[in-house]
Amino acid sequence: MTAIDRPILEVQGLRKSFGAVEVLKGIDFRLRERELAFIIGPSGSGKSTFLRCCNRLEEPSSGAIRVDGTDILAHGVDINAVRRRIGMVFQSFNLYPHMTALGNVTLALRLASRKSKAEATDIGQAALARVGLAEKAHAYPGELSGGQQQRVAIARALALEPKIVLFDEPTSALDPELVGSVLQVMRDLREAGMTMLVVSHELQFARAAADRVVFMEDGVIVEQGPPAQIFGDPQQARTRAFVARIDGHR
Amino acid sequence: MDRFLFTFFNGEVMWEYLPKILSGMWVTTYLAAFVIVTGLALGLLLALLRSILSQTMPAPLSWLAEAVRLLIIFFVDLMRSVPPLVLIVLFFYGLPALGLDIAGLGATWLALSLVLAAFAEEIYWAGLVAVAKGQWEAARSTGLGFLQTLLYVILPQAIRLTIPPLTNRTIAITKGTALGQVVAVQEILYQAYSGLSFSSNPSPLTLGALAYLALFLPVVVVGRWIETRFAWRR
Amino acid sequence: MSDIIALFFNAEIMAKTAGFLLDGLWMTLLLCLVVIPVGALGGLAVAVLAALNRRWLNIMLVIYVDVFRALPPLVLLIFVYNVPPFAGYRISEFEAVVVAFLLNTSSYYGEIFRAGIESVGRGQREAARSTGLGWWQTMAWVVLPQAVRNVLPDLVSNTLEVAKLTSIASVIALHELMFAARSAQQATFNYSPLILATVIYFVLLWPVVRLLSRLEHRKIAAR
Repeated sequence: MTAIDRPILEVQGLRKSFGAVEVLKGIDFRLRERELAFIIGPSGSGKSTFLRCCNRLEEPSSGAIRVDGTDILAHGVDINAVRRRIGMVFQSFNLYPHMTALGNVTLALRLASRKSKAEATDIGQAALARVGLAEKAHAYPGELSGGQQQRVAIARALALEPKIVLFDEPTSALDPELVGSVLQVMRDLREAGMTMLVVSHELQFARAAADRVVFMEDGVIVEQGPPAQIFGDPQQARTRAFVARIDGHR
Repeated sequence: MDRFLFTFFNGEVMWEYLPKILSGMWVTTYLAAFVIVTGLALGLLLALLRSILSQTMPAPLSWLAEAVRLLIIFFVDLMRSVPPLVLIVLFFYGLPALGLDIAGLGATWLALSLVLAAFAEEIYWAGLVAVAKGQWEAARSTGLGFLQTLLYVILPQAIRLTIPPLTNRTIAITKGTALGQVVAVQEILYQAYSGLSFSSNPSPLTLGALAYLALFLPVVVVGRWIETRFAWRR
Repeated sequence: MSDIIALFFNAEIMAKTAGFLLDGLWMTLLLCLVVIPVGALGGLAVAVLAALNRRWLNIMLVIYVDVFRALPPLVLLIFVYNVPPFAGYRISEFEAVVVAFLLNTSSYYGEIFRAGIESVGRGQREAARSTGLGWWQTMAWVVLPQAVRNVLPDLVSNTLEVAKLTSIASVIALHELMFAARSAQQATFNYSPLILATVIYFVLLWPVVRLLSRLEHRKIAAR
């Protein structure tokens, strides 16, 4: 196995039930280093739950998940240490409203990574610069546009130097004219070689930027492959139906 | 008119009782300050404890946590349903019988502190619950622990939400220091009332009422300002 | 330990004084029945007058509300009970309680109703006025019903406070529950009547506290 093929995320037989409802029915999935994978599928297909299992915001019912070689479901694993290596970006940003952009970015650096204030500030400023918001370091979330808020949220994830970043519908809460700036940041990240797993409805972006598209329905991965295959020549009937439906909407 | 002034605003009588009323104001002030500090601190402690106990945990521990949680809720409900005056009198007579020699001042302080703690716990708790779930998830996703998230991310937002209701409740309970008169705490009302019986003139009562206005009217006005300033976003 | 039980949880004394305390309880209930509607109506009047938006009227109302929120209820009660005799009017204990409570609780209810009225959007008034309803009609049929619903938890909360507050009537020797408990305590040299009164208050008001807890959490969830 060459270095480039090293899996950052390995998921085996992942199942998740909420009460009697089984939302994930056995997911097997591998994500290589520097890969950008897109998960698409109808609402209720389990995409977000899958993503949230990958850093144990949801507790899987069974299965195995390894991140960069670490079994994150192992008994006694330090989940907080694991999460520092897994960035997450939320649909609703979830910035801390009582802290500045820099405060949002540096909180975990100081409390979880135990960096000094000066060091955390340097790293935080660099992360904000990466998303093009160096000059907004001292603005509060309420003073920023939705797109800027989401970029701060991305900087918050990047500051911890994660091995992988999970994006949970990062542009769904944004006004259409603000989507572009967030996608641009994601494109830059891909150029820089970040490993990313994205749940999103931005199919144009998926076509252009994704290495792989994963189609999920009813808690299983129905089909996955390069964007050209999924959008141009889907092998499964269910994928075809889904792609046809969203094409019809455009 | 002259008779009215002579009766209710008798300068001579007022002057005579002014020092007593002033000393009453001092007692009211420090009693109120102690009640506010202990009440709000205990209330916050209980709310944080309740939050910690509401976490999922393994079986034998979770039963204990549930028991303590229910105990906190019972304490809060009890202190909210029993009149403060009843508690003050009960503590005043009851605690010495238990070997705790507590004067009227101590009984009033303890009763009002517990009542304020109960109301404050409920308000803080409501504030903690009101902070969006996404805040927890965002903080935990960056590797912050439960307590770190609670103290640095959730609590500051909850406090902001709770400032208006907490201010009003604190003012209302602090005014309860006047109930200390019943157990001979020498605060304003006690001084004014004994002045009334002594001088057979209501002017000391008028003076007492003015003393209360001097202390609490600014607080009420500030409370009104805070309410509009930090209003709950509906 | 048995001393404590004999002194605080003496079943015999509780049984003996229970009837006396129940007499007091009736007076407490009667007080609530009079004082709560009177205070609430007074508060409603304050809030509706404030909604008229007359400059001088509003200044007067704010002064009225803040002054009577700044004075502790017990101070008001003692003032109202002790001062009229000096002006030649002998006021009964019951009258004194009603007057003092009207001044105090109408201020609190007034603030709550005012917040409720302000919470109803302007669009509602404009819609009602555009259909030809008058100012008072709009207030009564469109604004107030929504206002009351919006501040229901605060109204219930304040009503609970008023019910508890009736205990201060004991200070001017009105024979309600608290006064009965203290009299029984002094007559028997035993604290069990006080405990019994505490239990009665708790049993009576605990359902209200529970209801309130649920209302308050629903209010937050609906934000």
